[in-house]
Amino acid sequence: MSRSAGRTFLLWLLAMLAGAAIVWNSRFSADISFFLPVRPSAEQQVLVDQLKEGAVSRLLMLAVEGGDATQRAELSRALRNRLAATPEFVTAQNGDAGSQDAEREFLVRHRYLLSPSVTSERFSEAGLQAAVANSIDLLASPAGLLLKPLLTRDPTGELVELLGGLNAGAEPASRAGVWVSRDGERALLLVQTRALGSDTDGQEEAIALIREQFAAAARSVGLGTLKLQLSGPGLFAVKARATIKREVTRLSLISLTAIVAVLLFVYRSPRLLLLSLLPVASGALAGIVAVSLTYGTVFGITVGFGSALIGEAVDYAIYFLVQSGKLGMDAWRQRYWPTIRLGVLTSVFGFGALIFSGFPGLAQLGLYTLAGVLTAALVTRFVLPRLAGSAFDVRVPQRAGSILGGALRHARTLRWPVIALAFAATGYLVAQRDALWLPNLSALSTASAEDAALDARLRADLGAPDSRYLAVVTAPDREAALAAAERAGQRLDRLVADGVIGGYDSPARFLPSAATQAARRDSLPSAAELRPRLRAALVDSPLSAGKLEPFIADVEAARRQPLLGRQDLDGTGLALAVDSLLLHGPSGWSVLLPLRPAGGEHGVDLPLGAVRTALAGSGALFLDMKGEFDALYGDYLGEAAWLSAAGFAAIAALLAFTLRSPRRLAGVLLPLVLSVAIVIAGLHLAGERLHLLHLVGMLLIVAVGSNYALFFDRIAGGGTLDASTLMSMAMAATTTVIGFGTLALSSVPVLHAIGATVGPGVLLALLLSAVFASREDAR
Amino acid sequence: MIRQLFSGLVLASLATVAHAAFDVDQLMGELARHKGGRAKFVEKRTLAVLDRPIIATGEMTYTAPDRLEKRTLTPQPETMLLDKDRLSLERGKRKLSIKLSSQPEARAFVDSIRSMLSGNRAALEQSYALQLSGNGDDWVLTLSPSEPKIAALLQRITVSGAKDQIRSIEYLLADGDRSELTIEPLERQ
Repeated sequence: MSRSAGRTFLLWLLAMLAGAAIVWNSRFSADISFFLPVRPSAEQQVLVDQLKEGAVSRLLMLAVEGGDATQRAELSRALRNRLAATPEFVTAQNGDAGSQDAEREFLVRHRYLLSPSVTSERFSEAGLQAAVANSIDLLASPAGLLLKPLLTRDPTGELVELLGGLNAGAEPASRAGVWVSRDGERALLLVQTRALGSDTDGQEEAIALIREQFAAAARSVGLGTLKLQLSGPGLFAVKARATIKREVTRLSLISLTAIVAVLLFVYRSPRLLLLSLLPVASGALAGIVAVSLTYGTVFGITVGFGSALIGEAVDYAIYFLVQSGKLGMDAWRQRYWPTIRLGVLTSVFGFGALIFSGFPGLAQLGLYTLAGVLTAALVTRFVLPRLAGSAFDVRVPQRAGSILGGALRHARTLRWPVIALAFAATGYLVAQRDALWLPNLSALSTASAEDAALDARLRADLGAPDSRYLAVVTAPDREAALAAAERAGQRLDRLVADGVIGGYDSPARFLPSAATQAARRDSLPSAAELRPRLRAALVDSPLSAGKLEPFIADVEAARRQPLLGRQDLDGTGLALAVDSLLLHGPSGWSVLLPLRPAGGEHGVDLPLGAVRTALAGSGALFLDMKGEFDALYGDYLGEAAWLSAAGFAAIAALLAFTLRSPRRLAGVLLPLVLSVAIVIAGLHLAGERLHLLHLVGMLLIVAVGSNYALFFDRIAGGGTLDASTLMSMAMAATTTVIGFGTLALSSVPVLHAIGATVGPGVLLALLLSAVFASREDAR
Repeated sequence: MIRQLFSGLVLASLATVAHAAFDVDQLMGELARHKGGRAKFVEKRTLAVLDRPIIATGEMTYTAPDRLEKRTLTPQPETMLLDKDRLSLERGKRKLSIKLSSQPEARAFVDSIRSMLSGNRAALEQSYALQLSGNGDDWVLTLSPSEPKIAALLQRITVSGAKDQIRSIEYLLADGDRSELTIEPLERQ
């Protein structure tokens, strides 16, 4: 190794070490932010917050299976008691009647601060008369029996007022005193973790803890044969991360092993193999460094894309080592480097287009591959030649050369069949154009079908909120947020009364703003005022005022009671209800008011227009989460289509500028476009569910496939393709197909889609370029 | 002597059988033949906490086998509808709907009257022990809760009637409060 080679190597090594240091300190993530918009609208921000930090993202649904109903109930209680005593969980509910006593007790104790009907009119003589008469009437109704025990404490029926606003239909079924599935075969529990939904480590620990506690609880009650089922956003996040971790290693290993085998087979020299891998390693490292420095967080899926990068980045070293052996360095630079450089540029344009995507995962994939490819090319051009010296010669076997040359000469005969095939594919695509792309984001989810089915079943059994319709109000502090929620609530009350919506939830129901609580407390009369009013009001009533001393005492106590704060809800399920609807974010407080459809003839859809009109001017934002999700994916898809078109246009412009001949431009682009059509039609015919990553894959077929098409353009430009050029192209295309093809094995839909599109696409691009290359000059 | 005593015992037991000829199955069979109809009701509730009983009146409509509508007219209009598995209450603008299968205790309580009307002995015996007295023209069936959760609320239900027509249902609650439902048929299907 010469001194200059040593210096180059040293510089390269230093750069690599610096890169490794950056990667070592990078934050890796496998959570849902891969899919969440970089520049969210106000509505999308609500969606993002809900998915990352919302209470729903912290809920885990548990089901106890096996045994009989009594055994399941016993284990459900044992598990609930253990989980409730564990600080990692905010609440653990199983519908046990005892576990709801705390809530009832809270509502009874604080009814005069909580009930919306507490006003000074209600405690006037006429108001008391009407309220008590109403309660007595209620005693005559079938529901009256439940109210009877409280009559002397609550003769105005404030608890009824409070419960009236709650959704009585949403409770899960109950058997042997605990929640069960609709068929009664599973006991159900609902657990909220303290860890945020976006804290995958925390979720993993919480899930492990639940399994541990279940096993311990089962042992303690001697029911070891019962099984636990578990689902929820946290489990999906944990599983997705495990899948991605496993796949990154597996895919890279498969891709690397296969490529090393190809290289060793041809080179038969460990030294040349190592030299070939030098640009690859540099590129893979540079890709992660670039992503880490630009975005701060590297997604696991991005690293998983490394398998494809290996296949693509190794190409340059192959060209160099195979082509420059006979020619010598300078001649290679002169003859081949411009073609390779142009190929690098088309790849850069293709992957570069993705960087502008608002879909963060896609932007990362683009930057990662762009930085990787560029670095690999630069290292090949400026570092590799110095390290390789001139002491290498890759022998091109005579036979390989003549086979490839012969194949190329005969390829032309396939022109018409290929054109016919492409026509058929295009016709098919045009006919299917409306049914080609899946219209929702769920296609990108890593969750398996079984997991999704279990989740849907538990969700339906528990009646767990799907929070499709939300009104959102924001304010700088908690009090203002609650007051705003109360104002929006008044408008929603009117919609409920008119039957437009079935009902709504509000944190202000259990935690009214201080102003509202104070107004209610101030409207309560003193015992000295209340006693004579009651006597006058109840003169003709079957309920004599003399029996209502407990009521007078309760009102008096309520007058001296401090106002309720959030901490007063601790230990009841109401804390969960309030926390899930009253959120503290970096930009202040926001309140969620989930709306329920009226049901019946109104169906499950809300009249969006009517609700928007009712809320107009209240400062509340109304959104349909499902609509937002669909719109988000629609945005991504539209943007991906636009970016792919722009990327394609940029590549075409680059080629037009460089080739300076419409005929040669057409010669390069035609095989690429036909490959795209045939691959997409083929995938759709094969039953693949096409989504936005397949769409992006179409651009990448052009960007990567052009690398090979350009070599055939040398023929059109009057050059020739000798045996070593042909062999290097065959090798380079093989490694690239291996790289992307490996991705097609992935169970991560994002990676699979790109692999399944680009792998076959590149192979086809090479073959079609050969078919359309001019025969006269192909010798 | 011994033989006489023995035949006496046999005769006595035969007499008992003859006397108890009207049994629960027979009653249930009669009730099941009743396919529905409309009736006026008066419901009198006697509660310790109130100085005098409160009285509600209205109409009931039963359609075999599982639809019962109880429409209270005084003192406050209110509708209770028990249809298959769903119990709905409507009072002014307030509506409440409960799935009975999700609330076994509520089911036993509310459903007893419907099970009586349809002559569904098995359903009644899930939650109550049955005891019948009287004859076909004037019978009294007493339902004693066998489940502790219901027994905590309810001492017994006493249903009386003639042939296939229920005349009154009395609920005696655990705390001594009573509710008496008197039924007067208007028309039959």
